[in-house]
Parts: sequence; structure tokens; C-alpha cells
Amino acid sequence: MKAFQLTRPKDSAQAIATAGKTKTAQQGADIRFIAGGTTLIDLMKLNVEQPQNLVDVNRLPLDKIEATSDGGLMIGATVRNSELAWHPLVRKNYRVLSEAILSGATVQIRNMATTAGNLLQRTRCVYFRDTAMPCNKREPGSGCGAINGFNRNLAILGTSEQCIATNPSDMNVAMAALEATVHLRGAKGERAIPIGDFHVLPGDTPQRETVLEPGDLITHVTLPPPAPGNRSLYLKLRDRMSYEFALASAAVVITAANGKITRARIAMGGVGTKPWRSTEAEGELTNQQATQAVFQKAAEAALRGAKPQSQNGFKVELAKRCLVHALKLVTQPA
Amino acid sequence: MSDRSERDQKPEAVRRYEFAKSTRRTFISRLGMAGLLATTARVTTAFGQSSVKEQSGSAESKDAIPVTLTVNGKKHNLRIDPRTSLLDCLREHLHLTGSKKGCDHGQCGACTVHVNGKRQLSCLAFAALHEGDEITTIEGIGQPEKMHPMQAAFVETDAYQCGYCTSGQIMSAVALLKEPCGADDAEVKEFMSGNICRCGAYQNIVAAIQKVREGAKPQKVG
Repeated sequence: MKAFQLTRPKDSAQAIATAGKTKTAQQGADIRFIAGGTTLIDLMKLNVEQPQNLVDVNRLPLDKIEATSDGGLMIGATVRNSELAWHPLVRKNYRVLSEAILSGATVQIRNMATTAGNLLQRTRCVYFRDTAMPCNKREPGSGCGAINGFNRNLAILGTSEQCIATNPSDMNVAMAALEATVHLRGAKGERAIPIGDFHVLPGDTPQRETVLEPGDLITHVTLPPPAPGNRSLYLKLRDRMSYEFALASAAVVITAANGKITRARIAMGGVGTKPWRSTEAEGELTNQQATQAVFQKAAEAALRGAKPQSQNGFKVELAKRCLVHALKLVTQPA
Repeated sequence: MSDRSERDQKPEAVRRYEFAKSTRRTFISRLGMAGLLATTARVTTAFGQSSVKEQSGSAESKDAIPVTLTVNGKKHNLRIDPRTSLLDCLREHLHLTGSKKGCDHGQCGACTVHVNGKRQLSCLAFAALHEGDEITTIEGIGQPEKMHPMQAAFVETDAYQCGYCTSGQIMSAVALLKEPCGADDAEVKEFMSGNICRCGAYQNIVAAIQKVREGAKPQKVG
């Protein structure tokens, strides 16, 4: 690991001013915020990340969960994943978020990892994590080892000629289905970014994963009030039953009355280069009866643009079945 | 090993622990010393003497910063390199070698400690980020003469073979008692999935935890 300087800012303003001097907030940043460290320290040990300065945000007052005046929820950036998943308001109103978080990692890691850190969780693509291998995300222009390489667990949606790395987060998928908003504070003031716009597709610049600019500090995430009468669920399919990343997952938030779906929010994990909201699937479900045939149409719509690689063609069918099964479970009579 | 009369007064679990301590620990440290000497000789031949110094755990880094850590209720004023993981700090600087280094990448759970009462991975943490936190290691959970019920249960249900993962398993198991873990074995396995045991003692680990949860006297399974 490369040597670094540790900065302990007295407040958010000082943290932002320090981090604002980095040349990028993306891959290869020379100054980084550190909270739980579960991704960053791992990548620093691998020399994939080599920051010269770490800004400790653990002591900043960003660790609260509070109901908002409109009936939604405010989740602080440094709230630990465990605390969020077990919070009474999350268990009651945002079941899909609790289930998604608890399906990821382990108790120890969830006790460390934070809301903002999970939003910025990095891919598990083995070429990204191994500095001896080519990777356009880690080293732009070096090529992609995964295309025609080991790509069994990589993305089939949102890929480019440069990168097929999967976004590994479960929390992000639930956040996408819940239409969360990410709140930032930076050199130019505060910004609120819908989660669908927060992560960006790899395109020709896979080293760029989010809209974050130097100095941007994620302060909190907000969730809109829960849709009246909705039921939600997270279904995750993987090689092991515990402590494993998704091959395919589905976050579904459905409102139905008398067997008819009136509102649907769908996002998928394990298949996309970013948390994959599918408005196409939502369109196939809205104002339709909750039947197997309708679920199948929604799944076909969600995977229509899928581009399988040499080893992950099975994910297309797996993801469809995952979504169909999740919809079946969530619309079953209680 | 102590004399016969003292041995006879001690419970089986304590004697087993002391046997392990006086044989495995000394054996491994002797092995380690031999390994170090062998390496030193090789390094000296190849690169001269300057390389040897880097192998000393006590040499202070030029980048060292002051860090105050509270471990098992005791405050320690240290000077450490910011890169020092909490695990390395506990083992190399405070000589609390109960926490083990398995993968060093947050995948195996052997390094599990409690931070402010919650279990975390000490290998994925920088010690310097834990000023002001209450850190508890296996040494703070119990001692041979006064074992935590979970430690006693592990001994009595034979919940280990080589023992390398055991302190991490016990740290997780003790924390689990206060977590929202359901009653059945499947839930316990899910809550313990962050602790890998390559000997495969899982069945007896689950048995040890369930025995403590039920408050019953632990019994050997199988």
C-alpha cells in the first residue's frame, strides 16, 4: 500500500475544501473521503486505489435517520448498513431496502459499511481488481480483459466496447426501485440528484462511474413517502445462499387492487453496469392484471436490450425468471 | 505445564487451553523465529544488511502519527503509520495475538473484533480511524481461568479443529447474542456466514451458539 496522509476535518466545510483539491473524484483520485473503508481499504491493499490523502468523514454529523416532513425518510451518509436495514421505519415502509441490504455481505461488513460508501461500491470484476491485468476502468486505454475473458458474473445491460463491469451493490438496486435522491454538498453548493442519474453508463469513459466532482460530499439520501398500499420485495439469485454477490436480483415495489396492478417500480441487480431501473417492465405491468403472462411480458421487456458475453448468456434467462418470481411472490395474497 | 496437583484442580477446558498454549504457541513462535532467521540469512546474502531492519515490527515508520486506542478497557498511546490496519495494530503493536489474520481482505472473519459493542473486521479498518472507540478483542471476552460462556461452549461442543478461525468465530457468536437473529439453525448459519472455517467445524459451532442461547449446559454433538 502507498503511504498516505490522514486528514481529520472538524466539519463538512473543511472536508469539502480538502477533498476539492483532488484532480478527480473518480478512479485514481489522489484525495478520497473514507468512512467504513470496506471497499476502499480492500482496493488500497491491492494498489487499485492509491490516494495520497484520506479525509475521515466518520466524525461528521451525517449519521442520522429521520422521517421527513412529507412522510419520506432521510438517511445520513455515514449511517451503517446494519442500522439502516434494521431501522423500524425502513422495516415498516421500505421492506425492499431492508431485504436488499441484509442480502449483501455479512454482519461484520454491514456494521462497517455506510450509505454513501455502498452507493460508491466498486465492481468485483477480477480484471479491475488485479493490477497485472488490462482494465479500461482502472487504467483507461489498457483494454478490457473481461470481454472474451472471465465474464461469467459480469453485466449484460448497459455495457460498452470498453467495459462490462457489474455494479455489485444490492442496496443501490432497492434505492433505484424506491426512486431515492442523493444529496451532495460541494464547492458550488448543494445538489439533489435522482439515483437514476447518479451512476453513469461506462461508454468510452468507464473510469467515470458517478456524477461526483472533486470535493463533492454525499451528505444524505432521501426516500419519497411510501406509495400507499404498496408491497415490496428483493429477490437475489447467486451461487451461494449467503455472502455472495448477485448473478441476478430484482427489487419490486408494487401496488395492486383486486388483482390489478396500479403502480410498479422495478430495478434489477447483478446484470447491469449500474443499478438497473426498468421503466419498460413497469410499463408492461401498470394497469394490467397480476398474472404469469403479464409478469413474463415485463421480464421480456426488462431484458430486451441484453448483450450476453461469452460466459454469461445464462443471465438473460436467469434474470427474467428472477423478475417473474419476485412479481409472483409480491402479488400473492398475504 | 503446571504440576499434577494444580492440574487436577482445574476444569478440563482450562487444561486443554493451557496445553494448547504451552505447546502450539511455543511451537509456532519457534517455527516463526526459525523462518525469520532463514529469511534474514537469505536477504542478507542477496541484498546486504539494510533489508533486514524492515522485518522488525517495532521499527517506527517515518510517517508515524500519534493515535490513542482504547482496547479491552485500557488506553494505549501509540505512534503508528496511518496504513496500519486495526488488526496489525492489535497484533504487532499491542501484542494481542488472539485476533487472527486469515485473508486480510475482509473475506474470512478471522480478524473479527467488537467496536463499540458491534462486530467488525479489523483487517478492513485503519487503526487511526478508531480513536475514541471502545475496541474489544478475544482477550477482553474471557480468559482461561474465567471463560465467557461462549468460549466454554466452543470447548465443550468441540467447535474447532485447528483453532485458527476460532477467536473470530467466538467474537461473532458473542455479538450474535445481542443481534436480531432468529431462533433456528438456518438463521444462525446466515448470521455466522462471515466467518469461514476451513476445518469445517460448522455443525459444532452452530451447536455451541444454540447451547448458549438456550442457556443450557453445552453438550457434545454427533
